[in-house]
Amino acid sequence: MAGNGDRPKVGILALQGDFREHCQVFDELGVEAVEVRRHEDLEGLAGVVVPGGESTTIGRMMVESGLLDGIRSYFYKGGPVWGTCAGMVLAASATTGPRQPLLGLMNALVERNGFGRQVHSFEADLDVEGFDAPFTGVFIRAPFFEDVGPGVEVLSEIDGRVVAARGENILVTAFHPELTDDRRFHEYFLREVCGIERSQ
Amino acid sequence: MAENGQLTGTFRVKSGMAQMLKGGVIMDVVDAEQAKIAEEAGAVAVMALERVPADIRADGGVARMSDPEKILEIEEAVTIPVMAKARIGHFVEAQVLQALEVDYIDESEVLTPADEAHHVDKWAFDVPFVCGATNLGEALRRIGEGAAMIRSKGEAGTGNVVEAVRHMRAIVGGIRKLATLGPEELMTEAKNLQAPYELVKWVSENGRLPVVLFTAGGIATPADAALMMQLGADGVFVGSGIFKSGDPARRAQAIVRATTHYKDAKVVAEVSRGLGEAMVGKEMGDLTEGERLAVRGW
Repeated sequence: MAGNGDRPKVGILALQGDFREHCQVFDELGVEAVEVRRHEDLEGLAGVVVPGGESTTIGRMMVESGLLDGIRSYFYKGGPVWGTCAGMVLAASATTGPRQPLLGLMNALVERNGFGRQVHSFEADLDVEGFDAPFTGVFIRAPFFEDVGPGVEVLSEIDGRVVAARGENILVTAFHPELTDDRRFHEYFLREVCGIERSQ
Repeated sequence: MAENGQLTGTFRVKSGMAQMLKGGVIMDVVDAEQAKIAEEAGAVAVMALERVPADIRADGGVARMSDPEKILEIEEAVTIPVMAKARIGHFVEAQVLQALEVDYIDESEVLTPADEAHHVDKWAFDVPFVCGATNLGEALRRIGEGAAMIRSKGEAGTGNVVEAVRHMRAIVGGIRKLATLGPEELMTEAKNLQAPYELVKWVSENGRLPVVLFTAGGIATPADAALMMQLGADGVFVGSGIFKSGDPARRAQAIVRATTHYKDAKVVAEVSRGLGEAMVGKEMGDLTEGERLAVRGW
């Protein structure tokens, strides 16, 4: 890792969507947030976040920039990845909707816009595995996992629809922790998935 | 609205939707076929309308909300968000668009205004609104009425970016100025801007608008899009610029890439090569006062 002492670096895929909000949260948590636009930007990262946005747009741009394969090989070498909303769609291995480029990092079937169009977007208090108190999820044209395969641990669901899950080195949330002041999911990602112990 | 513990229509959900569009291009389309071309090219959303602004200018007459049939057809054709325009102050067109479950309503000066003094009370809706603004005061008045996203007005349908530049500079410059003022100066500044004091105070403290700021009106080339992004836009609306050009699919893709890589002149140069004909532009001096759309809205 170059420069900046021993601050760990987390990369945020910055092709489209709300990547700046994630960067701000990680900065607050004492981690260096790096915007990822090219393959080279993946060097030396302790974790990668695929943010919210339009999954079709981000998917096409990942193909163009070589980042679809880049993030896959980062992940297969054990690199930790967190997908929020569009990122959760992209992390899935299959979608119920029309074909689109997917990273396919998680053994799961995703339903895009599973809760309906924007007028049905909502906030809800979620029970999350391992969290002491409910977490307010902000769901925006959000997806859910309809089915998950072996190796996927469900962390939260709404009426049987999976809205948070994890695997060995991957975390997905259908909602947007970066749009709230609650830092528990960002901390969870750093601690439990990236294995970063913070001294603060 | 609260339904089995789920809260819909909160400002966080409405303004958050716009956050997800950042860094993207929203394209005007008139039918399902154009919507598919836009989605294929990487648009983050489409704006459904009856005629693109250049045709509204050419045809004249009263411009209204699209035929619901067309909107439903477009919603059916694509998986990306679908926006639609309502006339300024026409809250029933807005109610209809909400009933059609469009993802965003543009209360737009491109259509003929229905009310000469008032905009729609946007707090009354679960569906979020985007509104145009020519300066900071106008942007904050619209946010005060409940707009969850702001865009520059520009002069739609001209293919001339000069007005969008003027509006973006006015908004961003106004924000910068507010950030330099002391607390005792804010009430007078709110009076000068004709904007709600609480919003003036918020912008002064945070150095940005409380909602996403896009640009619109006259963007015709990849370089236009990158210019607006460098001037501080969070994303780009392209109206007539795409489907009034020689090769819409390629131009759409090029504008999308230039918007993502707006700081990288090499990418902008590469995508601009051999794009074919851009839409024919209009000089501002050639517009009569009555032909100017940006002056609509209060």
